Amino acid sequence: MSILEIKELGKTYGTGPRATHAVGRVTFDVEEREFVCVVGPSGCGKTTLLKGIGGLLEPTRGEVLVNGQRVTEPPPETALVFQEYGRSLMPWTSVRSNVLLPLRHKKLDRAERGRLVEEAVEAVGLTRFLDHYPWQLSGGMQQRVAIARALAYQPAILLMDEPFASVDAQTRGDLEDLILRVREEFGITILFVTHDIDESVYLADRVIVLTHSPTEVKEIVPVPLPQPRDQIATKASPEFVELRAHVQRLIRVERVPASV
Amino acid sequence: MTRRRTLAVGLEILVPVLLLFGWQLYTVHAHSFKFPRLSTILVDFKKEWLFAHVGSDLVPSLERIGAGFAIATLVGIALGVLLGMSTVLRRIATPHIEYWRAMPPPALLPISIILLHSIQNRQKVAFIAFFCVFPVLLNTIDAVRGIDPTLIDTARSYRVPWQQRVWRIVLPSALPQIVAGMRNSLALAVIMMVLSEYFSSSSGVGYQLLISKNTFQFGPMWAAIVLIGLLGYLLNALFLLIERRLLAWHRGWRAATPQ
Amino acid sequence: MLAPDALAPAAPATRVRLSTRGIALPTLSVAASLALWELISRTNTISQHDLPAMSTSFRALWHLMETGAFWLAFLRTVRGWALGLLIAAALAVPIGIVLGSFELAARAFRVPIEFLRPIPSAVLIPVLFLTLGTNIRSEIFLATFGAFWPLLVQTMYGVRDVDPVALDTGRSFGLSRLERLVRITLPSSVPYIATGVRIASTVSLILAFTAELFMGIPGLGQKVNVVSSFGETDKVFAYAIAVGFLGLAIHLVFSGLERRALRWHPSQRRGTA
Repeated sequence: MSILEIKELGKTYGTGPRATHAVGRVTFDVEEREFVCVVGPSGCGKTTLLKGIGGLLEPTRGEVLVNGQRVTEPPPETALVFQEYGRSLMPWTSVRSNVLLPLRHKKLDRAERGRLVEEAVEAVGLTRFLDHYPWQLSGGMQQRVAIARALAYQPAILLMDEPFASVDAQTRGDLEDLILRVREEFGITILFVTHDIDESVYLADRVIVLTHSPTEVKEIVPVPLPQPRDQIATKASPEFVELRAHVQRLIRVERVPASV
Repeated sequence: MTRRRTLAVGLEILVPVLLLFGWQLYTVHAHSFKFPRLSTILVDFKKEWLFAHVGSDLVPSLERIGAGFAIATLVGIALGVLLGMSTVLRRIATPHIEYWRAMPPPALLPISIILLHSIQNRQKVAFIAFFCVFPVLLNTIDAVRGIDPTLIDTARSYRVPWQQRVWRIVLPSALPQIVAGMRNSLALAVIMMVLSEYFSSSSGVGYQLLISKNTFQFGPMWAAIVLIGLLGYLLNALFLLIERRLLAWHRGWRAATPQ
Repeated sequence: MLAPDALAPAAPATRVRLSTRGIALPTLSVAASLALWELISRTNTISQHDLPAMSTSFRALWHLMETGAFWLAFLRTVRGWALGLLIAAALAVPIGIVLGSFELAARAFRVPIEFLRPIPSAVLIPVLFLTLGTNIRSEIFLATFGAFWPLLVQTMYGVRDVDPVALDTGRSFGLSRLERLVRITLPSSVPYIATGVRIASTVSLILAFTAELFMGIPGLGQKVNVVSSFGETDKVFAYAIAVGFLGLAIHLVFSGLERRALRWHPSQRRGTA
């Protein structure tokens, strides 16, 4: 049994001829400890898909199973990291308190909670900033806080919605390596939505390429590149270049109708 | 640039001073017993309010403002959070809110006396509290409805229970706007206090205002006016000070984040 | 920082969507409250002496509305309100534009404004007794005084808040200072002025009524005073209801105007409409 099963998931807004099909019919599985990236042309409902998987949206069609259980509301095994890190962090309190938020309702004692927070923050390299306000940190650092918060929650599955799209290119590279390290260290499963093709191939064990609206799975591309990945070496390798071109070709075909 | 700044600061000091001088000059010239000299007013102010009538009048007035404001704040926030989070409840409450917020408060002065059978503190506090609810209530509803959906989605995805969501996310997020509403409410409380005491009371600053006018003691009458003005100004300044400390994070955040 | 004014809450009226779903709940809510009022009063939970029944009060209002005296008082209050608002606008908008445009002037008068603003206009009542007397002039003065400040502050805000990029563009096109004022600054300030007018309209009504109530100047306020001193409680409630509706009407009209003025402006305020 896969840890995450998405079966014929669809989301339509409105009815009749003016209905918007944000997501058409998406089916795929994610195995434990896998890093799966989802890419597609712009506007293909990637965010809607992820929110549906995370239990924040009710699907119009199909279902999502986490550990075999049907998802009707945000399941305890998942944590979501948004693109807009600034808006998902509480500006009125410290980094420590932000990371603590999801732990407050878990059955843990104070010492345990404190330990989880400190470990998570250390894993993202921000121990020095535990008592800062989030807005005192740079964009990349804020996103790391959001990731730390997700890690402290100890989810089995991490859902990430274009988390590095709003940071500069250099920071993005650092964050990509961070998330790969985190997957190794914590052994979690990651479902990562992005529009950046390079990023998707660099990070993933498999890349799921979506069609344009109404969205379906166009192709699932295995990425057998060796671990650990390296920003320079991996991206220079011919296998990477080949895979990357393949994904790009798939997406370019999908984009043609829009550009006509 | 510094020349301009010095000029600005100079004017800031000079203009009020000139106005005060002008007031003194006019009243000296006018020789009117209804408009005593500024100097006379200040003497009477010292006589009445430093500290003769403080216990008998200033304190009761402050108590009424305090109680009315406190009740209004608590009710306004609690109700505001509730109505901000529930569309159904908000639809039910809207006609009532719109009607009562537009009602000129003095229209209810006689009614408040009739219904509560008294002109004692409870009538005044009830009157003040009732109308002071609205600035806080409206701002709270506005703020709660305007909370960033990303923050709410985050809380939902982490399965934060609703009590913690309200206490740790909704309230802190709404606080800046709530505090602005509270500031308005405080200023309104001063006005309501004066109106209710002037209309019917046996003690208080507004009462003193009425009494001194009716007994033709115009010095003390103007002194009471000055006191009320000072009261409004000082309470506002005090509140701003507290607000600055409470919302330091908000200023920092707005400065750091492009809106 | 200049704060919005105390006498009128910050937000404009909530918009009620005129769909069948949108209007059902509010209507039911009003009906239910009126029924509750009737019930509380008729069952003497609160004695009918203190709280006349809903039907009694409305009947009293109906009878009053059949008399000429009621409408005369009503129009007098409206007159006081209207003149107060108009004169306040005629004074506050030009002065606000000047103070908003010239920073030195604004700073020079900052302290007097900050001190005079929070003064409850009601404290002027004794002074008016002694000077203008118990007639419409006092009512208009009081209403004007109260309505002046929020309009002044909002106008100043609006003029100051004009987009500097827009002004620079105007200057680069060779527009004179006056032209920039009329073509760029003023249109940009309209939403703020609209908010100021809404707040001022509420304040003006409150003070016109207050003058009538406290000084016996002819109008609805004076009527309330008279009937309450005669112990005609049902009429007290009737007048309160009438004034409430007058206030509501003014509030809705000016909120509507404000919303229209705000429509195109980049969010001056977040949240509800």
